[in-house]
Amino acid sequence: MSGHDHGNDGVSRRKVLECMTWAGTGVLWTITGGVPRSLGIIDSAEAATAAAPGMTFLQISDSHVGFDKPANPNALGTLEEAVAKINAMPAKPSFMIHTGDITHLSKAAEFDNAERIISQTKLDVHYVPGEHDFIDEEVKLYRERYGRGTKGHGWYSFDAGGVHFIGLVNVVDLKAGGLGNLGAEQLEWLEDDLRGKSKSTPIVLFAHIPLWTVYPQWGWGTEDGGRALEYVKGFGSVTVLNGHIHQVMQKVEGNVTFHTARSTAFPQPAPGTAASPGPMKVEDAKLRSMLGVASVNFKQNEQRLAIIDTPLQG
Amino acid sequence: MKRFNRRDFGVDFGLALAAAILLPATTVRADDTAVHIDNFVFQPAELKIKVGTTVTWTNRDDIPHTIVSAGKFRSKTLDTDDKFSFTFTNAGDYKYFCSLHPHMTGMIKVE
Repeated sequence: MSGHDHGNDGVSRRKVLECMTWAGTGVLWTITGGVPRSLGIIDSAEAATAAAPGMTFLQISDSHVGFDKPANPNALGTLEEAVAKINAMPAKPSFMIHTGDITHLSKAAEFDNAERIISQTKLDVHYVPGEHDFIDEEVKLYRERYGRGTKGHGWYSFDAGGVHFIGLVNVVDLKAGGLGNLGAEQLEWLEDDLRGKSKSTPIVLFAHIPLWTVYPQWGWGTEDGGRALEYVKGFGSVTVLNGHIHQVMQKVEGNVTFHTARSTAFPQPAPGTAASPGPMKVEDAKLRSMLGVASVNFKQNEQRLAIIDTPLQG
Repeated sequence: MKRFNRRDFGVDFGLALAAAILLPATTVRADDTAVHIDNFVFQPAELKIKVGTTVTWTNRDDIPHTIVSAGKFRSKTLDTDDKFSFTFTNAGDYKYFCSLHPHMTGMIKVE
């Protein structure tokens, strides 16, 4: 991204405007010192090329395999399109995270179809479950497939490219009237997992439901998400990646960047703009501009991260 | 931005009216009652019924829901148009919610 850095890195206003004139498919954000800077609409190929140094990983979310309602009668088809888009990226990402709602109804065939399509990326995929992945009768299909080596309902951490990644589960034991839920056991594990880590280690927390309160009237938040954020407070670079709300939303608080990814299945309305958060039916021609994937780039020693949201069609 | 997943109220009302007129009264048990899920809301949100009444929930959303009353009853996951029935044999207040979307809550008061 060095060519597109802001201000003191030497990019001129003219250069930014130049970028914006490219009929592009992604919006590039860079974060420096906690301040988000939209660098304008850029072409995804250009972004991927520019992002080559450092580590790039992808976020895919809410594939809802099995969904066949009017908002998108072929959710498997749009997942295939997303995978084609990923495979066409000029620089191969290091790996992928999936932030849940892999399936719509936790049916074995849905999990199988999702796996068949997503595996075509030939990338390692780190999953966390959405509430739609835990609704089979015995609540076992997700964990049989993706739970190996995880704790509790499926939480875990791993290191890649100098970044510490933590996958959390906030879709279990939800309380009446409440929001997403991490629970005491998971929070204890999280505190333990972070203990002894250098504060300069970049941290990525990912979970299905936003860990920050987006819109509680629609359940878009996590009851005890604030406690998880307490544990990462001292770290210099924290990125929180979520799904669930089927739209891009971003905010920055201190050293913490919060970001939600698009779904590959169907869009949902912006908070409060519809009677409910349910699937939003848009014109066929518009659907693919509201579905997509995100790619995230880290450069070592820069405490900075760039997230590029790429729609299926722009 | 137009939404199509809401049922057409006019049609539903028309059918209900037709059923009320055409069906003999004996086919509908007067003490049974219905709760619908539309747009992530239980309707009616609060229901007063007599002991022995069966309540049937119908999910009319494009998203699955559940009906859970802690320690009392728990439905399977209801996909679009799926139903769940429970017969209330004891008086009391039964708070319930959707375990997938816990901001959805309802209450059955049984007298």
